Amino acid sequence: MSGQGIAQILVYAVVLIALSYPLGLYMARVYAPAFRPRWLSGIERGFYRLVRTDPAQEQDWKSYSKTVIVFTVVFFGLLYLILRLQGHLFLNPDHLAGVPAHIAVNTTASFTTNTNWQYYGGEYTMSYLSQMAGLAVQQFVSAAVGMAVLVAVIRGFSRRSATELGNFWVDLYRSLTYILLPLSLLLGLILVSQGIPQTFAGHVTAHTLEGLTQTIARGPVALMIAIKQLGTNGGGFYNSNSAVPFENPNGLTNFLESIAILLIPAAQVFMFGKMVLARRHAWMVFAAMFAVLALGVAIAYPAEQHGSQVLRSSGVNITQGHGQSGGNMADKEVRFGIADTALWATVTTDASNGSVNGGHDAFTAFGGAVPLVNIFFGEVIFGGVGSGLYGMFFYIVIAVFIAGLMVGRTPEYLGKKIEAREIKYAAVGALFVPTMVLALTALSVVTASGLSSIFNSGAHGFTEALYAYTSQANNNGSAFAGYGATNFSAELGTVALLLGRFAPLVAALALAGSLAGKKTAPVSAGTFRTDGPTFVVLLVGVILLTAGLMVFPALTLGPIVEGLAH
Amino acid sequence: MLRDLKSSVLAVVVLTLLFGLAIPAAFTGFAQVAFSNQANGSLVKVDGKVVGSRLAAQAFTMPQYFHPRPSGTAPAYNAGGTTFANLGPTSSDLAKNVRTSARAILKLERPYNPGLTIHDIPVDAVTTSGSGIDPDISPANAALQSRRVAAVRHLPLATVQKLADENTDGRSLGFFGEPGVNVLKLNLALDRIGGR
Repeated sequence: MSGQGIAQILVYAVVLIALSYPLGLYMARVYAPAFRPRWLSGIERGFYRLVRTDPAQEQDWKSYSKTVIVFTVVFFGLLYLILRLQGHLFLNPDHLAGVPAHIAVNTTASFTTNTNWQYYGGEYTMSYLSQMAGLAVQQFVSAAVGMAVLVAVIRGFSRRSATELGNFWVDLYRSLTYILLPLSLLLGLILVSQGIPQTFAGHVTAHTLEGLTQTIARGPVALMIAIKQLGTNGGGFYNSNSAVPFENPNGLTNFLESIAILLIPAAQVFMFGKMVLARRHAWMVFAAMFAVLALGVAIAYPAEQHGSQVLRSSGVNITQGHGQSGGNMADKEVRFGIADTALWATVTTDASNGSVNGGHDAFTAFGGAVPLVNIFFGEVIFGGVGSGLYGMFFYIVIAVFIAGLMVGRTPEYLGKKIEAREIKYAAVGALFVPTMVLALTALSVVTASGLSSIFNSGAHGFTEALYAYTSQANNNGSAFAGYGATNFSAELGTVALLLGRFAPLVAALALAGSLAGKKTAPVSAGTFRTDGPTFVVLLVGVILLTAGLMVFPALTLGPIVEGLAH
Repeated sequence: MLRDLKSSVLAVVVLTLLFGLAIPAAFTGFAQVAFSNQANGSLVKVDGKVVGSRLAAQAFTMPQYFHPRPSGTAPAYNAGGTTFANLGPTSSDLAKNVRTSARAILKLERPYNPGLTIHDIPVDAVTTSGSGIDPDISPANAALQSRRVAAVRHLPLATVQKLADENTDGRSLGFFGEPGVNVLKLNLALDRIGGR
């Protein structure tokens, strides 16, 4: 490791906090009914007329969930049609054919659930229409859906004796127009200026200096990359994602893109603090998330710098310094080196982003275990836009419940009594997805059709399968990319994607609906304080014990045996 | 339910038109005007013909050129089909590839650099990049190749080293990322000053 590398990581942390705090306060204002930007509110009213909603008319948790699901299903249909029919549609300068059915279903599920798992190579599979009007629209919309649901859930905490959680169309529109769009345009412009293409012209054929021809794919890339990062989507224009210079040309774009990964999820913690009038508590939640993030970087960076077994025994020079970053450079890019690739791998899996600037399949055993375990935690270490924090509420409720058991009192959270019903919703929210991951992984490694997707042999091959279902079920989207697409793996993945998105989403809304109906009790001497360091320790402990213990047996079959065997 | 369905269909159409077509089209128009070279793929032209992109490695095997990192794409350095190699940290295929690359480098460089051993080969020279089209090599890798290029081109070593320095992209803002030597830019610069 180098001082330069560590300094870059520290600057990342400082800039992240400095940007996400004011953004969080701004976002809290955006979702308040009183928010009316002067000359834009006319357009906003037009949108509400169009979708025939009265913005003052709010929905209870069941109605809100129903609208979310219907809206997603309709978008699912449109995206599927675009992908299948792209060969006959416009904006297809390279004349790409329609996407095969099983890949199109998996991809549609993947992008409508904010996952962006990719069983295809973008630049040679997707027409510009599919990328721009299909996939990138979902990158805006699925992010906005997650953000809307989070705001509704937070209202469940802040309201008293209420049934309504908000109006989905209002929350959706405001997330899109006042948060995602301006940030994407700004980031997109910086990215174009640094070399990310934005054109409707088709690929170029270059005649190289040694007299060969080279195909260079391009397209409307920059704006898609901006929303891909900001909306915790992760689905790239190119197959190798953010490792490709056309998606991520230099150290500056790499820094900005990795900030964009965590910007909104981190801001939402501060937004939450302002909305429920518990800023100290929000800082403690932030601290718990940040602690797990730091732990991940502290494992991944040294592991990758140490280098893989093969490279260490090959005899080549892997020592950092003297004009190279050294370490495990397999499937990594020179301009990022080890520190920036290890940092990216950690933050992209803490968030449910899943874009990668180096190949995770080629990571060392323990370096690759960090992203895997991060995702398995349920994408709550900042997590997805919206889905990260509403997922974290499950763990918070469980933590508060455990604290209540220890002192023998009915637990309270933000003044609301946590009772049997809330614990049931929280348990479903926290445990459903990891249970499904283990079941699907098991299914995939005991069937011949599942095994045929595995690329590397031995323990590493098992990790590929475990990672594939962990990533899809938790809506991350990064991969041990050797794991291949078959009809079987695409279908199994589709199940993981859809259930992994909607089971926790509905559980969170149900939890909020139940809490909204309760009165707020005053703080008493017996109330467990959630605004101090004890809470941070308890929360981190609950995450490590719940999800950590569930994944541990599987880890021993994959990364642990691989790391210890050599 | 029916009301949700109607609202959703209308919203889906309008959002797709706005976020999928109108906004990207306006954004593309602006990008084409403001950042024409970058927005079209940072293409490099010689005598009006496109010879490659500043942002994509291309194949170099001739001894008078600096060589890029190995590529996992098919064919190699395919900037229309990027891919990782996806070989795990204990993979025997990875071991074989690294061995083959290292042997080839020793065979190529030793005539110009007699004391060279495998321990002098920087790791980026024997590993595939993430994209398969990494435009850069590490400064250490460039230093290793400089002697050969200078000898084959009958140029002073100092001249080649100076060109390599000039075509090194430092850390962004002097801080972010790692320095890398842009192979295409360097080779074009060598061709411009001639030699050989």
